[in-house]
Amino acid sequence: MKLSEHEKAMLAGEEGPARRYAMEQITRVGAFFGAADCVEVSQVHLMADPESLGHAGVDFLESLAAMPKAERKVRVATVTDPRGVDFEAYKRLKQTEAMVDLERRAVAAFEALGIMMTNTCINYQTILPPVMGEHLAFGDTGSSIYANSVLGARTNFEGGPSALAAALAGRTARYGFHLPEHRGGTKLFDVDVAPGDLAEWGALGALIGKAMESYWDVPVVTGIGAAPTSDELKQFGAALASFGSTPMFHMVGVSPEAPDLAATFDKTTPRPVKLGADDIAALVKSYRPKDDALHVVAFAAPQLSLVEMRTLADLLDGRTLHGSVALLAATSPEIKSACDRMGITNAIEGAGGMVLSGVCFYQMYAREIGEANGWRRLMSNSAKLVNILGGYGYEPMLASMEQCVDSAVAGRIVGAGT
Amino acid sequence: MSDRQRIYTGAAGIGEKVSGEVLVAHDNFSARYDLDRINGVFSRPQHKLFGQSYVGKILVLNIAKGGVATAWMLREMADRDMAPTALLLNAANPIMAQGAAFANLPLIDRFEVDITSVLKTGERVAVDPAAATVKVL
Repeated sequence: MKLSEHEKAMLAGEEGPARRYAMEQITRVGAFFGAADCVEVSQVHLMADPESLGHAGVDFLESLAAMPKAERKVRVATVTDPRGVDFEAYKRLKQTEAMVDLERRAVAAFEALGIMMTNTCINYQTILPPVMGEHLAFGDTGSSIYANSVLGARTNFEGGPSALAAALAGRTARYGFHLPEHRGGTKLFDVDVAPGDLAEWGALGALIGKAMESYWDVPVVTGIGAAPTSDELKQFGAALASFGSTPMFHMVGVSPEAPDLAATFDKTTPRPVKLGADDIAALVKSYRPKDDALHVVAFAAPQLSLVEMRTLADLLDGRTLHGSVALLAATSPEIKSACDRMGITNAIEGAGGMVLSGVCFYQMYAREIGEANGWRRLMSNSAKLVNILGGYGYEPMLASMEQCVDSAVAGRIVGAGT
Repeated sequence: MSDRQRIYTGAAGIGEKVSGEVLVAHDNFSARYDLDRINGVFSRPQHKLFGQSYVGKILVLNIAKGGVATAWMLREMADRDMAPTALLLNAANPIMAQGAAFANLPLIDRFEVDITSVLKTGERVAVDPAAATVKVL
């Protein structure tokens, strides 16, 4: 890779071991993908929940935090993805003191580095939405695909070690979706149905994600009539990225780099794959369990927007959850504060639900809290969450928010054709 | 590839030379989605390697899928001596490369052949990331 004098100095350790680590990480990954040089980034979004970090990751963070302030401070605006522990809720979730201790250590280290603890995966809705052409180092698949696709910004998936490197160095390797030649479409999907709710938008994203053959595939979607909402594109993109490990899509007539079909393919337009109501129904049905037992309903992945929180509160209005079913709704600290102010938190918790702040279900020791609380059968309107939790020992089921709430009230799965 | 001496070449590699026994499937890979990292086994019921231990094996799989957590998790697994010895993939994604770089875990991808179809579980191989080669021993 061609490096500037400043980058060479950081790599040589002239600005301390933290920035040397950063440039080593950037250049090793850049060399693997054939990057010609580095690109400066303006925002970093850092995923680093304690379950993923483990003791090894937290020890590493603390080693950086112990360095002199001039050597350890991040050089661009850096915000965090959801954390693993909500300190107000961990006892009710039966998380252990060891988990809480690891979380406290990680947070202290991040704060020493100058990182802003936003604890959200919907930073593009709630903190500072990126703009067209802005180079980023975003470290959540959902935030990355939204930034690339819906906003026209430029990022690869930057996992924690590389997002942190980008924050310390103020740059990342220029490869992949920073380059125009990787942002064109590779596969075409023609959709002849309007997804009816967020679960169906996630199911559509899942269907397309499953068809992706690598990180470098970029699906182009046609047939979407009216412009979807931000929450609908959030669910669609999060599911697509989760099932496909794909950081970008084009939606013709909706996303900014796809004003028409001709703009999305460099050469030949591929034959379209048709997707309709039957395909969405089949994807949803594939998660349908054999019986109607239910232990937990989780609204998360991505965290809920203020609009989704309001919808949930309205669905719970005047109702009480069945005593045998837990209902959790995860949102960002900023949205939680708004919900507190607007009576939304009280409405959800008054019905027996729990509003969680700054966490996400799968990033908060999902296996351990499932075992501690006896949760196996789970309902969610998030296709991404359903995709992840199979590996964590759950039997997850995809359904609309209305069906999830009705089931949590009934104490068993209802209204979803079991 | 040479018929007599089976050597497969990828596009790029990360990490140091290692050798060991391969565990092969044409399935995809994510540490968060597919593994019980505490017990060192594949835990996703739909995965072809479900229930099998990956600890100390050279994992040979198709493409990197899923989320970003693997970038931290590979080092955490290595720290507890519960990691695979190396990863050989048809197509890594940035997360897998970032995790391999952070963990010093050998990784090679983009082989000239479908690496999951030419290696068989139980074979022993030598992995040379700098040369991006895998030699069957």
